[in-house]
Amino acid sequence: MPGPFEYSIWIICTLLELGVVVCALARHSFRRYFTLNLYMTASFVTSVGRYAVLARNGLTSDEYTYFYYYSDAILTICLYFALMGLYSIVFEELGAGTYVRAFSMLLLAGTALFSYGVIHQSENRMVTHYVVEMSQNLYFVGLVLTYVLWGAVLKLRETRARVIQFVLSLGVYFSLYAANYALGNIYPNLGYIWMYLPPLISTLLPIAWCYAFLRFTEDARLAPARLAVIPR
Amino acid sequence: MMPTIILVVSLAALLQFFVSYCRSLIAATVKQPLSPEVQDVTGISRAASGEDFLRVVQLLQLCPARPQDRGEIRAVDAYFRLLNFLRSSLGKIVPSLLPWTEVERGHCAYFAAVTLERRIAFSRDLFAQQMNT
Repeated sequence: MPGPFEYSIWIICTLLELGVVVCALARHSFRRYFTLNLYMTASFVTSVGRYAVLARNGLTSDEYTYFYYYSDAILTICLYFALMGLYSIVFEELGAGTYVRAFSMLLLAGTALFSYGVIHQSENRMVTHYVVEMSQNLYFVGLVLTYVLWGAVLKLRETRARVIQFVLSLGVYFSLYAANYALGNIYPNLGYIWMYLPPLISTLLPIAWCYAFLRFTEDARLAPARLAVIPR
Repeated sequence: MMPTIILVVSLAALLQFFVSYCRSLIAATVKQPLSPEVQDVTGISRAASGEDFLRVVQLLQLCPARPQDRGEIRAVDAYFRLLNFLRSSLGKIVPSLLPWTEVERGHCAYFAAVTLERRIAFSRDLFAQQMNT
């Protein structure tokens, strides 16, 4: 069973996820950043659901294992939609929203098929392995897409402070997760370290998004050029 | 091979995102002027230097913390340490890096001074509320 440390991180993370949605509602930005709030709401519901399944069936039960991995895959897809929502916001003035949505759907389907192909070739064709493989691949695809989005933010001279904060914090989050998965594959013997890191990493995103909602108004502007050289 | 490539790409991206994120935090404060009393306390009038950062952070710790700025101070503190590391390691190989890191360290110090100003205002509000009750 999880110890006090795991439970503390779990509770903090769940409250922070709820906090993001509350901050968005308080700032009247829920609809504007719907996909981000959808992800945070899904995270919150999943956390509560996981606790309920854990309390009823135990950590080593098949029910918890399946619930954990399937909900993780759904959350990764929701996070992917959050990223696409940010793409839509950045590209909205160019009128490229439809293309972005179509491209994101193709990429999501492509990643799911690629993950299926990897598992299909291996001897162990368990469904949970497919879910884990797909999550890992989506994290790396997410990292690459966030990097491309950051490039677009700089190129298009996006100035909205909130959008910049959302994109950068998502980039930090995806890169930490992708690095963690890669380290887990390179050093599988240190599994206890790679097991503790994801809960800590998962607290960063709600903290950064809460901060962005509270600290910046929708009208707040940052010059991206200042991120390179900050004149005073 | 593949995990190693993913690790290298992820760490490179992490570094760039982290630096940009910290700069975006700092950029939000550069236009805010410091009040004369904070200028007196910190010794920063216009341009701050990297040497001011630790002193201003010590002053920050004397003020009641605002829940909103704990995370950003930690992030900028980590960024300041990263800049120090760059100065002491890469700075010896690439001397042109030194002026850039010094400017960035100065921005970190200015950010800390603006945060100090906010904390002082926060403490005054708290004090005023206590006096009223």
